[in-house]
Amino acid sequence: MKVPRCKGTRDLLPLDMAKFRCIEAQFRDCCLGWGYQEIRTPVLEYLHLFTSAGTLSPDMLGRVYSFLDWDGWSGERVALRPDGTIPTARLYVENFQNLPIARFFYVENMFAFEGTGKESRERWQCGAELIGGSKAEGDVELISLGLEAITKLGIGPVELRLAHAGLIKTFLEGLGLSGEKEADVLDQVFSGNLGVLSALKGGNPELAKNLQLLFGLKGNSPGFVENLRSVFRSSLPAIEPSLNELARISNLLTGLGIDYQIDFTSGRGFEYYTGVIFGFYCPRRRLGGGGRYDELIPLVGGKDVCASGFALYIDELMGLLSEVPRPERVLIRAKDAEGLKPSLGLARQLRDAGYIAEFDLGYRKVADFRWIVNVRDEGKIELLDQSSGRKRRKSSPAELLELLEEARCK
Amino acid sequence: MQVKLALPKGQLQDDTAELLKEVGFAISGYSEGSRSYRPHCSGAFGLFLKVFHEKDIAIQVAIGNYDLGICRLDWVEELVSKYHSEAVIKVRDLGYGKRNIYAVAARSSGCSSLEALKDHNDSLRIVSEYPNLAEVFALKQRLRRFQIFPVWGSAGVYPPENAELAIVAEPSPGRLKGQGLVPVATLLESSACLIANRDSLEKKNLNRLLASLSTGEAKKSYVKEPSLVDARFEARRADAGRTLVSLALPDGHQQRHAVAFLDRAGLKVEGYNVGKATSRPRIDLDGVAVKVIRPQDMPLHVANGNFDLAITGRDWLRDHLYRFPSSPVDDVLDLGFGKVKIVAVVSKDLHVSGTEDLRKMRRDSALRLASEYVNIADRYAHDNHLVPYKLIPTWGASEAFLPEDADVLIENTETGSTIARHNLRVIDTLFESSACLIGNTEAIKWPEKRDRIAYLVETMRRGVEAGCAC
Repeated sequence: MKVPRCKGTRDLLPLDMAKFRCIEAQFRDCCLGWGYQEIRTPVLEYLHLFTSAGTLSPDMLGRVYSFLDWDGWSGERVALRPDGTIPTARLYVENFQNLPIARFFYVENMFAFEGTGKESRERWQCGAELIGGSKAEGDVELISLGLEAITKLGIGPVELRLAHAGLIKTFLEGLGLSGEKEADVLDQVFSGNLGVLSALKGGNPELAKNLQLLFGLKGNSPGFVENLRSVFRSSLPAIEPSLNELARISNLLTGLGIDYQIDFTSGRGFEYYTGVIFGFYCPRRRLGGGGRYDELIPLVGGKDVCASGFALYIDELMGLLSEVPRPERVLIRAKDAEGLKPSLGLARQLRDAGYIAEFDLGYRKVADFRWIVNVRDEGKIELLDQSSGRKRRKSSPAELLELLEEARCK
Repeated sequence: MQVKLALPKGQLQDDTAELLKEVGFAISGYSEGSRSYRPHCSGAFGLFLKVFHEKDIAIQVAIGNYDLGICRLDWVEELVSKYHSEAVIKVRDLGYGKRNIYAVAARSSGCSSLEALKDHNDSLRIVSEYPNLAEVFALKQRLRRFQIFPVWGSAGVYPPENAELAIVAEPSPGRLKGQGLVPVATLLESSACLIANRDSLEKKNLNRLLASLSTGEAKKSYVKEPSLVDARFEARRADAGRTLVSLALPDGHQQRHAVAFLDRAGLKVEGYNVGKATSRPRIDLDGVAVKVIRPQDMPLHVANGNFDLAITGRDWLRDHLYRFPSSPVDDVLDLGFGKVKIVAVVSKDLHVSGTEDLRKMRRDSALRLASEYVNIADRYAHDNHLVPYKLIPTWGASEAFLPEDADVLIENTETGSTIARHNLRVIDTLFESSACLIGNTEAIKWPEKRDRIAYLVETMRRGVEAGCAC
């Protein structure tokens, strides 16, 4: 009986893995360059890590893979990691609370149930978290890092869209909805269901209208933030701190020459976001995003430390990556039994020089290789360049390597 | 084309039988006293009927074994709230069997609102026959830390000592009051409903049944107002748990044997008699509290320190330990009564004589094992290399599953007569089980409890040695 893959999972085939490793390597290089250190949290965490933070929506928690472990007689459930930030916050509280600033990055898989089984229930993310430090500058650092990692992969142009969770939350609080309703609306807004806003019936109809207006406006300069201040300040003075934060980030980005669009409809993410929310798009596909989450560290038992982070979606990036640089491949054939020993030595020398040297065991498509090397007894070497059809004889591995290098430089 | 309808046993049975009669189906073998799980409908060509526990009906319809089913909405929601299935369609509210699903706390706990419970510092313990509804409720209410204990029944008995909340089904709040419980939230209003499998609804002609069952007035609720009020209810505070020894006694089939054993061993338990259900009987011993719960639930609750000692069956202890090998539950004393064999059963029409034949059976799909003992069945299939296999948890009336809805049943049997009556055959005996006293290994070490636990164990041991278990 043929056993199929589990519903909602995917295999990463060699070409997928080549892309995956390329993205991972590029992301690692960028993060290490900015002073971030790599961590890896366990796939299994206690479910109550995510419920106690009170920051994942009931809908999201309802899609978490959780179960009783072999010692789960106490009813304590464990969960397959649904999110990278909360475990990172736990790791920080457990190990690094005394550091004034911590910069972490990770490449991890996340799990969430998806009903149709057509989308993968396991998703890979490259994430970076900056715990401590100053707020606006920290957000801009993370935005710059994210943009750098994407553009270095040759993917672009990348659009940066900004929103502000604190501003959205302040508006919703001003509407005077019940606690449960307010949480539900926020949950839906962060899931991208903005239709919920038009049906809002709070005790403050003017504010409800203003909230819709906020979601209808888009801007790309510090001046736009000042316009928002003028329009909304009188009806809701409490938005002032959020606007100040947004203005500071907007100024910094403009100063650095980074294009952005302030667009509140892009405000996707998690309920734990408290400040700026940012998303990377190309052109309409969301490649990743992040935001400020100043209340999360205390919620998982840590001190009152501000924090911010983002994640890039590897599955999305893989879809946009067309070419993956790979070393040149050489197929080696020992033409007779005597040729086997010299061919082994030649293969080692080729690998040391950075080539992929593969023995012909009779089942490879020769079309997959540009170079084919026939090795006879006494070390006689014949090189076939399949791109030109030209054959050349060489008497030593050193001569062969010289020729290959010449071709590579051309 | 055959149309398959799953009918409920238990509380809904009378009203469902009456409804079917009213709409013109002459059904025999579907009454309370009937021992058959396959009622017959004369005159309705191609209609196949089978009787299940209500909880199984939603599952059977969802997986497509039955085209239509009748069960209460709460069991449908219990299924779809966890397994986001679109396979079950709620066709019609049939109006009878009304009840609500409440989240309840003990009145004596002083927590009469959800907000008060949310302020609870420790993990909230929630007990329920509806673990999936309980989880959705906990997540929706954003309870920060909670533990859910699935139970087979008697969930309302657990608060306040053994749980902060219970999710229970009752027709009215009045009945809760009688049990010393206070509702803190209503999760669902439920009644009997007609459900259909989506695929069947889209592809099969179910018109005759649907037309009959989808017309007419919804019936009035048959539920009577509560009459059972335990006047002697007296909640014991959870903080007494450090010194008070708690003993769980079984209800159901084991109750008769347990009553006789305790009586003859000299342990007087007032309110624990054959045929009488008092959830909190009194034992004639200082510092010992007694509750009556399902034997199936005992190992888990003893493991969690909700009870120090419990009288259950070795079968349920083994089922628990297979799932949680490091559980702190110990088999303290074999009580000898309630002897049963745990057996593997197949239909007489299936030509297999043992596990070797099951292994060799040519089949296009996985072997289906049905059982109330999910973990024992899992271990049995695994140890006997019956791969690939699927487990079908059941909640009673398990014999009904063979042969249409399962290939093998792991079941207990005392005399074998029920198995034979349902045209089934035993192909393997897994082990023999009898009642036993189980204990929490940690509780037994506590100095405040040690002497009283030792006294109870010793009294029961003398009872066994004196032949009281016979």
